Amino acid sequence: MKDTVHSLAIHAHSIRASLGNTEVLHGVGLALPRGRWTSVVGPNGAGKSTLLKVLAGLMPHTGDVTLLGEPLKSLSGRVRAQRLAWLGQSETTADDLIVWDVAMLGRLPHQSWLAGASAADHASVEQALRATQAWEWRGRTLGQLSAGERQRVLLARALAVQAQVLLMDEPLANLDPQHQADWLEIVRALVRERKTVVSVLHEISFALRADQMLIMDKGQVTYQGACAQTQTHRALERVFEHRITIHAVGDQWAALPTNQGQPTACKSKPRHP
Amino acid sequence: MSAIYRQQRIASLLGLGLLLVSMALLMLGASVGSTGFESVLNAWSDRVAQQIVWDIRLPRTVGAWAAGALLGLAGAVAQGLFRNPLADPYLLGSASGASLGVALALVFFGASPFATLWLVRLGLTGAAFAGAVGAVMLTLLLAQGVQHTLRLLLSGVIVGVVLGACASLAMLMVPEVMQSMQAFMMGSTGFVGWAACTLLAAVWLVCMLVAWMLSHVLDGLSLGEATAESLGLPLPLMRAALVSVMALATGTAVAQTGLIAFVGLAAPHLVRSVAKTTHGRLILLSSLMGAALLLAADILARWLIAPQELPVGVLTAILGGGYLLWLMHSNTRVTSRASL
Repeated sequence: MKDTVHSLAIHAHSIRASLGNTEVLHGVGLALPRGRWTSVVGPNGAGKSTLLKVLAGLMPHTGDVTLLGEPLKSLSGRVRAQRLAWLGQSETTADDLIVWDVAMLGRLPHQSWLAGASAADHASVEQALRATQAWEWRGRTLGQLSAGERQRVLLARALAVQAQVLLMDEPLANLDPQHQADWLEIVRALVRERKTVVSVLHEISFALRADQMLIMDKGQVTYQGACAQTQTHRALERVFEHRITIHAVGDQWAALPTNQGQPTACKSKPRHP
Repeated sequence: MSAIYRQQRIASLLGLGLLLVSMALLMLGASVGSTGFESVLNAWSDRVAQQIVWDIRLPRTVGAWAAGALLGLAGAVAQGLFRNPLADPYLLGSASGASLGVALALVFFGASPFATLWLVRLGLTGAAFAGAVGAVMLTLLLAQGVQHTLRLLLSGVIVGVVLGACASLAMLMVPEVMQSMQAFMMGSTGFVGWAACTLLAAVWLVCMLVAWMLSHVLDGLSLGEATAESLGLPLPLMRAALVSVMALATGTAVAQTGLIAFVGLAAPHLVRSVAKTTHGRLILLSSLMGAALLLAADILARWLIAPQELPVGVLTAILGGGYLLWLMHSNTRVTSRASL
């Protein structure tokens, strides 16, 4: 039992959380293995983002969350921030901050109060900015960048924390295909370093590249399994009401829309004279 | 690295420039007044001239600089805290709260804003501070937090109108305080003595220190509330401290110089249009900018219709209103261009 606890990055059970007066998570339980990449998928409003916030300790909830073997609630904000980095859907107003300063914010959990950035902080920030190919614009402000470029800077900010666990909510939003592929490389590299990555993704073909998949619907986890398994593919098709089908393409899996649900207006009607 | 240091260099140069401008304005401030430049020339030989320069012009000049510094600081903190470039400590009701506090102090203790006694000054500052904090809290309560900008600004307007009406009512019931209040509402540096200067400087030092220590919270907040929290920052505590800094800075400035509009709003904007930097530097630069702005406006108010003078609050309202209008239009242009 102890071994299983230690091999888990995040363990949660009976999680309930509400947005306003509406309960959006109805008793969620999950176990995310350490050193793996888990993707969270599901239809809009399934509670994916809320779940991610709960796991990051950013939302009031009932039930227990364990992070790397310790109860999340028992950790101080600073220790939690050192172990777990969170990248949310963009809500930044930091148009006047330069890219370098934004990425440096990721080092806050490691800096002592009022002390400046150390050489290690500089090195981490440079490494993160180079990994997301944002190093070139380090002297520019966020306001001067496109939505996709900003997303890469924010990703670098999250990478700069160098936490054991990295939670990302729709990290591919606004990224062009080339940088979506780069993101995949970054995640693979993190997993090779025994780091744990959890990402909410709407791009199913990308989500299928993960080690594990967590499928959510209506505030509950309906399925959890390895991405390569056939049951996972069937569960995916079920949760999206068979509007997608999973196909093998080379050594990968791809989600394609099915014709079955096509609006009738597009179908040609047989004419009877 | 040079790209990063370039921004830092611009910020340092701006700071240096603002300090030099302040020095020049301080000297100019000592020379402008109803008796003109002669008083400065005769200050060594003539006792009256010496008194005019040392007891009247210098303290009000230094006072205008310090009050402007407090307003600029409060503006930078407010805009960072509420993640809104149009947030102004006044827009959140703190000004009307402070004036209600002062009105009540005048009514109940019969004090006069012209008094130079330490205790009276402190009492008025305390009343203005309590009023400012109370009003900001009321605004935040009505807006149910700081997330909704529109709700926040509307609540600020409501609190401002209601508390302003209460202050008017207090004046109406005790007409003796009417004249003192009138002077206070228009905003003037004419009553600032050395005691007030010391108080302004001491409060500036405290506010600057606390704001600077918490400046990375404002940087974190600019990435969004959840991201700031994910960085391990104890937000509720730090936010409360920053609201206190904002209210103390505004309350103190308002208690000594009356209602001076737009300095807190314009100063951080002007700084940001020149230097892109983190809040630690932005707060200091905004403070210096606010100081230079208010002192320049004060000198202008003394000089325009000399030997009489305009209330400086009226002047900053007109100049600041014009600047805000220009800012609004230039922002609309940028936005419409971006949406094309």
